[in-house]
Amino acid sequence: MPKIFSMEMILEPWPWYLAGPLIGLVMFLLIFMGKKFGMSSNLETMCTICGAGKKSDYFNVDWKASRWNLLVILGAAIGGFIGAHLLSNGNAVNISEETVLNLQELGFMSAGEAYLPERLFSLEALGNFESVMILLVGGVLIGFGARYAAGCTSGHAISGLSNLQLPSLIAVIGFFIGGLVMVHLLFPIIF
Amino acid sequence: MIGIFFGIVMYKSEAASWFRIYEMFRFDSFHMYGIIGSALILGIIGVQIIKRKNLRSFFGDPIKIASKERGFKKYFFGGIIFGLGWALAGACPGPIYTLIGAGYVSVIVVLLGAVGGAFLYGLLRKKLPH
Repeated sequence: MPKIFSMEMILEPWPWYLAGPLIGLVMFLLIFMGKKFGMSSNLETMCTICGAGKKSDYFNVDWKASRWNLLVILGAAIGGFIGAHLLSNGNAVNISEETVLNLQELGFMSAGEAYLPERLFSLEALGNFESVMILLVGGVLIGFGARYAAGCTSGHAISGLSNLQLPSLIAVIGFFIGGLVMVHLLFPIIF
Repeated sequence: MIGIFFGIVMYKSEAASWFRIYEMFRFDSFHMYGIIGSALILGIIGVQIIKRKNLRSFFGDPIKIASKERGFKKYFFGGIIFGLGWALAGACPGPIYTLIGAGYVSVIVVLLGAVGGAFLYGLLRKKLPH
């Protein structure tokens, strides 16, 4: 058999033209299972499980109906473990030269050498108040925004736009306005 | 199983990397646009086929793909808030779990924030423009 796929290729980072169609495949597998592809609704389910229904009717839903989606994110975590520890031969992300230079100016020395910036995500950074606040505030914005907009990247940018939904286009335009403001206007102030 | 597959794809495509998200918002690389764009083109074609041929699920039920509720403000403002967080923490709600699974303990802080953010939305929902 000719060697089209080698283990080496799997261990390397996957190119976009492989990853994109595979994400499409994930969405269709979920659709054919009678489910939908959307990750952020799990955040709500977790609130419900923790008893948030007592504080707001919004969380008064039967979370057991969303159990399948919790299994998807459990799988996503297991997949992360497999991807990082069994299917990778290093975790440097080969971002573009310009991005590396720009990040080094901002003080992100691990740019181009790590999977996540050490300054924010290393264990030592957990002892740094500023880093922890950045992660926490980022998380709150993600959770609040995703539920306000009723969807995130998977629910709007992939599922919603695939179904040619105008609301999803509005949301994705919003994602980009927010992202561009953060990176170009707020990052120079924060970092 | 689908989740595991999704997690591997997220990690291996580097879509779960803070650096890739930052690079995307600086328009320095085609990588993320290629991922989202190719998933989307396949998605649009597939959804059209499902609708036109009335395909059924693996269990034989008709497939219903719900339309999104109409509206502008909630999608626009919610989207902007999400975008701010996406760029700051460099993770969206799927990859958060992937990164925790990969062993990045500090991403648990992002997850706690995100659950707190969803809770906050539930509390404030009636006061927000939708």
